[in-house]
Amino acid sequence: MKADPGFYDYWPYENRPKIQWPGGARLAFWVAPNIEFYELNPPANPQRKAWPHPSPAVPGYSIRDYGNRVGHMRQIAVLDKYGVRGSISLSTALCDHHPEIIALCKERDWEFFSHGIYNTRYTYGMSEAQEREMIRDSIETIYRHTGQKCAGYLAPALSHSEQTLDLFAEVGTELFGDDAGYYTCDLFHDDQPTPINLRSNKRFVSIPYSLEMNDTIAYVVNKVEPRRYGQMLKDNFDRLYAEGAESGTVMCIPTHNYQVSCPHRLRAFEEALEYITGHSDVWVTTGREIAEYYRTHYYDQARQDIAEKSNMTAEVCA
Amino acid sequence: MSSSQLDKSHLEYPQRRHGMDHNWYDWQMLSQRNPVHWPDGKKLALWVNVSLQFFPLNQQGKPFPPPGGMTMPYPDLRHFSLRDYGNRVGIYRILKALDQHQIRATFAINGELAERSPYLMEVLRSRGDEIIAHGWNMDRPHYGGQPLEAEREQIRATLATLQKYTGQTVRGWLSPGKVHSENTPNLLADEGVEYLCDWVNDDMPYPFHTDNGNLWAMPLSTELEDQFILRNNQHSEASYQEQIEDACRFLLTEAEHSGGRILALNIHPWMLGQPHRIAYLERALGFITAQPGVFSAPAGELLSHCKSMAAPG
Repeated sequence: MKADPGFYDYWPYENRPKIQWPGGARLAFWVAPNIEFYELNPPANPQRKAWPHPSPAVPGYSIRDYGNRVGHMRQIAVLDKYGVRGSISLSTALCDHHPEIIALCKERDWEFFSHGIYNTRYTYGMSEAQEREMIRDSIETIYRHTGQKCAGYLAPALSHSEQTLDLFAEVGTELFGDDAGYYTCDLFHDDQPTPINLRSNKRFVSIPYSLEMNDTIAYVVNKVEPRRYGQMLKDNFDRLYAEGAESGTVMCIPTHNYQVSCPHRLRAFEEALEYITGHSDVWVTTGREIAEYYRTHYYDQARQDIAEKSNMTAEVCA
Repeated sequence: MSSSQLDKSHLEYPQRRHGMDHNWYDWQMLSQRNPVHWPDGKKLALWVNVSLQFFPLNQQGKPFPPPGGMTMPYPDLRHFSLRDYGNRVGIYRILKALDQHQIRATFAINGELAERSPYLMEVLRSRGDEIIAHGWNMDRPHYGGQPLEAEREQIRATLATLQKYTGQTVRGWLSPGKVHSENTPNLLADEGVEYLCDWVNDDMPYPFHTDNGNLWAMPLSTELEDQFILRNNQHSEASYQEQIEDACRFLLTEAEHSGGRILALNIHPWMLGQPHRIAYLERALGFITAQPGVFSAPAGELLSHCKSMAAPG
């Protein structure tokens, strides 16, 4: 085990090379609906329990199913209304279970990225070969069902190994060269995209996905009231939008159909979307488009700046 | 490189197929179903379910403790008596609030509570409200791995006791803690129960398959429950009221183009029956019942209407 995963170097949030998003936008805004399938009877992972109750775990399973049966259409309606294309963090077995949902997202040109096979299969305890096989299956499944070459990854149930990001990048390259496997949502260290150090030296970036703005973290973990969640989203936007004048920022709202789409919560989400998309210098986009744009225009500059600042630190300390 | 490895079942997916990974109900999005039309052109049905519960002082908590149960070393008098408060005091405030807004509620009752509270049962009997079964008591969960015959006895005792004290043949079932075993749906169908309220995966009723014919699942939201918002989430009473009203507004709007909807409120007299909380319930109920297009009905009546619409021909 390591004290630091070594994915990125210290890079202060001031005096960085200026980012400008397309059209001179100062904030890149994306919404990442997690569309997940939880199994009623998953094999028991030795390190993490899927459900608090012996099977059938009706409470946990059924509220998640609510997201797919009821919540999904509500979220589609509200994202359509504000011109947002979702970037789906997908339990890829859902392509088999609920192809109707995949079709609805596909016809809207939404992005699909990998969130593993099932959200009840954890990475903990997998060998490198097993994790590689799982990741490959998920990327191939997305391609088979949507024609998309999967660019991004969010580990299933945020369960990682030390090799997760390396494996995702490598499998992406094996399958589709540089067109797949080039961004991650698993790290929460920054409000701008950052280059990630991998053993393959692939041009791979972290795209801010935000744990704090995640509806499940807000509602389930932090037990936030719905209207307050709406206010938090607006506050988050206000600050990132202001700072984006100096150098472009990224704001993400990660959602779950079984949280944000409940009847008592949609209003807060909708008001935040209306507020955010009502600003002029916002690039309403997807995770992949942010990663592509950044890799093309800012990745090299960022690498150089990080190297210079790391050297400066080394000199001061010498 | 990691030295560990999971056994091969972790990379096998035997249920990876169209639909659900079990056979209890069919996969169908709410938007794919025929719209429900409520009587008299109404849009939104208010279903209030009052859960009347007995939490034993000598709680075993096996295999898991009930939500709202004892948490302190024996004898946990604070939780025992605070829950009992609901059945002595809180319920009479709740009944007044319901009557004030002419709401016809459903009452989910633990069998043992019926046995312990004949006066209250007589009050409910004379009101003529719908009674559904809520298991034997809050510390007798229906759980995965429970021996079949023991569970059958538990269900039979609950249904028979409720029938004895309320005079009603019970049509509906709500498991304590909304958790049930792999056998519960089969046993309920076998005992003549018509619907269960444990599954929170829908906003409208849907058919629930068992080996002994269909049950129906009635949607009773946990996310909007008083104890979930106030006790689990620690939100304020004002926020509870606001969340209920927001849900009402949203469902009414959705019903304009998607067919009838149900706003289901599961409430607990030990929670909302407190003097500092009851007014927030009254205001929420006042708001809901003042909306054009809203009507109130007990679960069984709503289900009968949906079944008659679903019937062929």
